[in-house]
Amino acid sequence: MNDQNIAVQKELVIEAGRTEKQYWKDLWRYRELFYFLAWRDILVRYKQTAIGIIWALIRPFLTMVVFTVVFGQLAKLPSGGVPYPILVFAGMLPWQFFANSLSECSNSLVGNANLISKVYFPRLIVPTSAIIVSFVDFMISGIILLALMAWYTFIPDWRILTLPLFILIATAASMGAGLWLAALTVQYRDFRFIVPFIVQFGLYISPVGFSSSIVPEQWRLLYSINPMVGVIDGFRWAILGGESKLYLPGFSLSLAFVFVLLWSGIWYFRKMERTFVDVI
Amino acid sequence: MAETVLKVENLTKAYTISHQGESSATYSKSLRESISKGAKAISQKLLNSSSKEILNPHSEEFLALHDISFEIKQGDRVGIVGRNGAGKSTLLKILSRVVEPTKGKITIRGRVASLLEVGTGFHPELTGRENIYLNGAILGMTKIEIRKSFDEIVAFSEVEKFLDTPVKRYSSGMYVRLAFAVAAHLEPEILIVDEVLAVGDMQFQKKCLGKMEDVSQDEGRTVLFVSHNMNAIQRLCSKCIMLDKGRLVGFSNTQDIVFQYMSGDFGKTSPTEWINIESLRRSGSGQVRFIAIQYSSLDESVNFYPYSNGAINFVLDIESDEARNISRLSVVFYDRAGTKLVNADTIKIGQQIFLSKGRNQVKLRIDHLYLNPDIYILGLFLANPDVVYDNIESAFEIEVIDRVTESLGMKPEIDGVVSCDLQIL
Repeated sequence: MNDQNIAVQKELVIEAGRTEKQYWKDLWRYRELFYFLAWRDILVRYKQTAIGIIWALIRPFLTMVVFTVVFGQLAKLPSGGVPYPILVFAGMLPWQFFANSLSECSNSLVGNANLISKVYFPRLIVPTSAIIVSFVDFMISGIILLALMAWYTFIPDWRILTLPLFILIATAASMGAGLWLAALTVQYRDFRFIVPFIVQFGLYISPVGFSSSIVPEQWRLLYSINPMVGVIDGFRWAILGGESKLYLPGFSLSLAFVFVLLWSGIWYFRKMERTFVDVI
Repeated sequence: MAETVLKVENLTKAYTISHQGESSATYSKSLRESISKGAKAISQKLLNSSSKEILNPHSEEFLALHDISFEIKQGDRVGIVGRNGAGKSTLLKILSRVVEPTKGKITIRGRVASLLEVGTGFHPELTGRENIYLNGAILGMTKIEIRKSFDEIVAFSEVEKFLDTPVKRYSSGMYVRLAFAVAAHLEPEILIVDEVLAVGDMQFQKKCLGKMEDVSQDEGRTVLFVSHNMNAIQRLCSKCIMLDKGRLVGFSNTQDIVFQYMSGDFGKTSPTEWINIESLRRSGSGQVRFIAIQYSSLDESVNFYPYSNGAINFVLDIESDEARNISRLSVVFYDRAGTKLVNADTIKIGQQIFLSKGRNQVKLRIDHLYLNPDIYILGLFLANPDVVYDNIESAFEIEVIDRVTESLGMKPEIDGVVSCDLQIL
């Protein structure tokens, strides 16, 4: 008998309403699950497809083409001396990341209902792995950006080194909004219809197809409440360099809002977590 | 001295059930009222976690588990039995931390692995190989642990040839084998298994039970096993917990609990008394129903009790919704483990029973009941070739005594199941 292996085990106490200090330790213990759930989602996406992973490149590429034609050629919006496709793409990259995260996250809990109702693991892993999947897409799209820069022989200046900071802010925004929506969608399925609408609408009020400089002064501050404004402007500032300016008050407001979103998102999620199984 | 690995104290789980309210009242309210009421309700809900029940005249509290307490020691193999809806799965979900308790405290020592459903997390598009990793990770194994046990898992599941085909192409048997194989190699201190053996053939069930036995005997792990299969429970478990409508109604050795479970809602009965079976748990179309039953051995010296090799008379009170001919009426004797011993079925004597509309009395006689003295469980069955009218699997307990020793005032020996007429020539 292997009594030695089953020697003094740490005791676990389950009680109603007990705050789980265990929880954060569990997140570490179950860390491999982040990888596995993301891996599963990516694998499944391209199973039984003919061209598989190439789809990950085609989608952003085509969107970029459409935007360049519509906003650049037809609407003739100014680009500040930078090739229009790169202007669009620099804005589109973070937007796609945010939009995908939002959609995937909000459905993540409901979509994994069979897991959540049968196995224990910290539920925070589910929406987070959805964000990891979107992040992988983001990296792949980044390849297209590099290709574009090579095509237009556009060399970015030192500001590109600040890009990881903006990526971090984009991730924080996605997580915050994603957690809110994931928790709300479990209880109120209305959000299944609301989220696509937010994403659609958001595309037009965020500086994806246009540059923030065309927004009139009196609306600047209000417009900056949209967390993606700060992120996209930051991306443009880092990638395009030169003429691209960063409107500091607006950016700080965006940034503050992102952090409020993140902390409140985690708070609400943890609060509602124990009721997920009963409601899902 | 084995230590306690699982201690449950006063565990309660409550759910709120809502009922459809009176809809007519809402139409007469003004739109403004409805919107403000709705807005208030939404903001209240958003800020309240629903573990604090929002009192609503149209909702009711349902106790899935009520004040359960028990202790399990290391190396125990404990069965959990109860009717459907008794609270078994809820108990397991709470022990697996999937659901939070409403009241009470649970102390667990060691890692818990639950198999509440076969193939949790299996994705039909992924191959067997990929699903082993996925399922293993979901159940709590690290990648290294999975890789180490990978070959054993594949060998146990016997799906080696199909390892790289998507799981959606598997037969249900292969699916179940693979899922159980992963869970079986989890190496937790406490293993919780919930009715998963219901799927799968005899050979597979034997294999799984064997593995669970090994796991507890050789490795000192504790197993909690929920099943409706009394044979499996008796084979694997030394102790059992019985739940009924959310309460703990028994915790002792398997033999006693299985008997308690099989006995149904009635306790022991006596001969010559009418036994009302109208509201017992049953299945069947219900067009014809057993209402009451009376039995007797017609021998006053033993107080009319049925005795080995003796005759037993039954009078059945049956209600039918129209005039019918019944081809099958049977009285069934089961033993404590639920094995069918005697099936006194009218179809074997080729006679039909005519029932008129309304109440009928049917009298049956078994000339020789070749059962040894013991307590048996009686079942009743009524059917025609195309439809089962009424089927009560365990109606009540019936005692068969030993006439000879009883009249001599001696205690009979319980020896074998079947009796016979013996003479010295």
